[in-house]
Amino acid sequence: MEMDKKLVTPGEFLSDEVALADEGTYVEDGKVFSSVFGIASLKNHIRVVPLSGKYIPRPGDMIIGIVTEVSFSNWIVDIRSPYEGLLHISEFPRRIENTDMSKYLTVGDSIMTLVRDVDPKMKVELTLNDQRLRQIKEGRIIDVTPSKVPRLIGRNGSMIAMLKNETNCNIFVGQNGRIWLTGKDKGMDMAVKAIFKIERESHIPGLTDRMIKFFKDEKHKPIKEPEKEIVETEEVKIEEPAEVEKPAEDVFEEEKPGGILDELLGDNK
Amino acid sequence: MSKPEKLIENGIRLDGRKPDELRPIKIKVGVLNRADGSCYFEFGGNKVIAAVYGPREVHPRHQQKSTSAVVRYRYNMASFSVEERKRPGPDRRSIEVSKVSREALEPVIFQEYFPRSAIDIFVEVLQADAGTRTAGINAASIALADAGIPMKSLVSACAVGKVDDTLVLDLNKDEDNYGQADMPIAMTPDGKITLLQMDGHLTRDEFKEGLEMAKIGCLAIHEMQKTALIEKYSSQFDEPNDNPPFSTGSSQIGGDAVE
Repeated sequence: MEMDKKLVTPGEFLSDEVALADEGTYVEDGKVFSSVFGIASLKNHIRVVPLSGKYIPRPGDMIIGIVTEVSFSNWIVDIRSPYEGLLHISEFPRRIENTDMSKYLTVGDSIMTLVRDVDPKMKVELTLNDQRLRQIKEGRIIDVTPSKVPRLIGRNGSMIAMLKNETNCNIFVGQNGRIWLTGKDKGMDMAVKAIFKIERESHIPGLTDRMIKFFKDEKHKPIKEPEKEIVETEEVKIEEPAEVEKPAEDVFEEEKPGGILDELLGDNK
Repeated sequence: MSKPEKLIENGIRLDGRKPDELRPIKIKVGVLNRADGSCYFEFGGNKVIAAVYGPREVHPRHQQKSTSAVVRYRYNMASFSVEERKRPGPDRRSIEVSKVSREALEPVIFQEYFPRSAIDIFVEVLQADAGTRTAGINAASIALADAGIPMKSLVSACAVGKVDDTLVLDLNKDEDNYGQADMPIAMTPDGKITLLQMDGHLTRDEFKEGLEMAKIGCLAIHEMQKTALIEKYSSQFDEPNDNPPFSTGSSQIGGDAVE
């Protein structure tokens, strides 16, 4: 945290420069106050990033959703928000019949999706109609506080690039705080640990340096305790769907490092 | 307990406080993992816990408002919170306290940011010792901030009253039971009153003076509320949570299971 940043509570006076008031603030009597409990930055724009809070969808957000219901012409999608997402049949990449909807996406399936529109009544319309979007069929999904997403990505994607490099995983961070990881188990374990560390410590100065140290320490750790390994293998086996077979996986591994995620996110490390 | 002969002796109250002194306060923020925001609040002999959920979907649906969030506040006293066992469940008194406490917080919450949603506040009184509604409001306002809900400011609350013809701040049990007046007040730090009730009698001048006393009391509480919130994030350095929130489940969807 630089000098111009500090922890503020709701109602705290921030500045007289009304024109610079941005998110997390409100203006009253020509003064700018904080509207949330979070970290204020006064440079350029006056804004307060909350330390917690729910995800509120906005058009253009790339998020990860989980199908909760298949209705006549919509998939209803949980997007970790007070509002449910609606994916209309016409927003599926190809033309499909109403009766076939659950063949393509069914309850419990995860999708990488784009918020197409949000109306004033908070009806959230999603789309899959984009090269970059797809159903998530492999890897892991973890949840973090949505307001920590910018820190996880870092300035110009520096933090996420470091994570990908160090763990050899592909990581997609949804704006709603859901994160999709793919890669080897060991790498994913480390990435998950790192992500939760960032979530926990994002408000403390010197995060980048601490993460560099974290990865250094992780690499020099003695080869992990066998006990733990067994437990994890079991756990994974249970959750693994039967249809995922070894060969498919290999193909996936090979094309991954330059693969879909990088291409979609456009950050070739 | 029967009525003490004197509630104030030589300007000192039964519990040793001066008339304008608050009882000791202890605050801990983020005590519940499940809730979006939470707070444990001790106000003298009062022990309350507040939990905030939301904004979230409204159930039952008919309660939802299409242009703003609904705020729901449930004040509840544990059956063991008072000497004589309290019959559990909502009663006339707790319904009233819930209503006025909700109305004490609603003016500061930016409800219009979250149409069609609900913000649920739960306040459980674990131990009661006069002034539970003010303790509940203090706790709830911290829990709201902890949940990341946008607000104009925090709300602080305390009571003033009259015992032995003297105005006193923050009444204790005996003063509440045997005093001449009890007036709980909630306000924002800039002095906007969001709750004011009165039980008993005060003259016009006493009312004015009492209000000023409450204002000072609320400001002191407000400082403590702020400190408690900031403390949550200064004592959290590199401390892996042993029982992570239930929702933070890591799920595996196929992929390479065994190396």
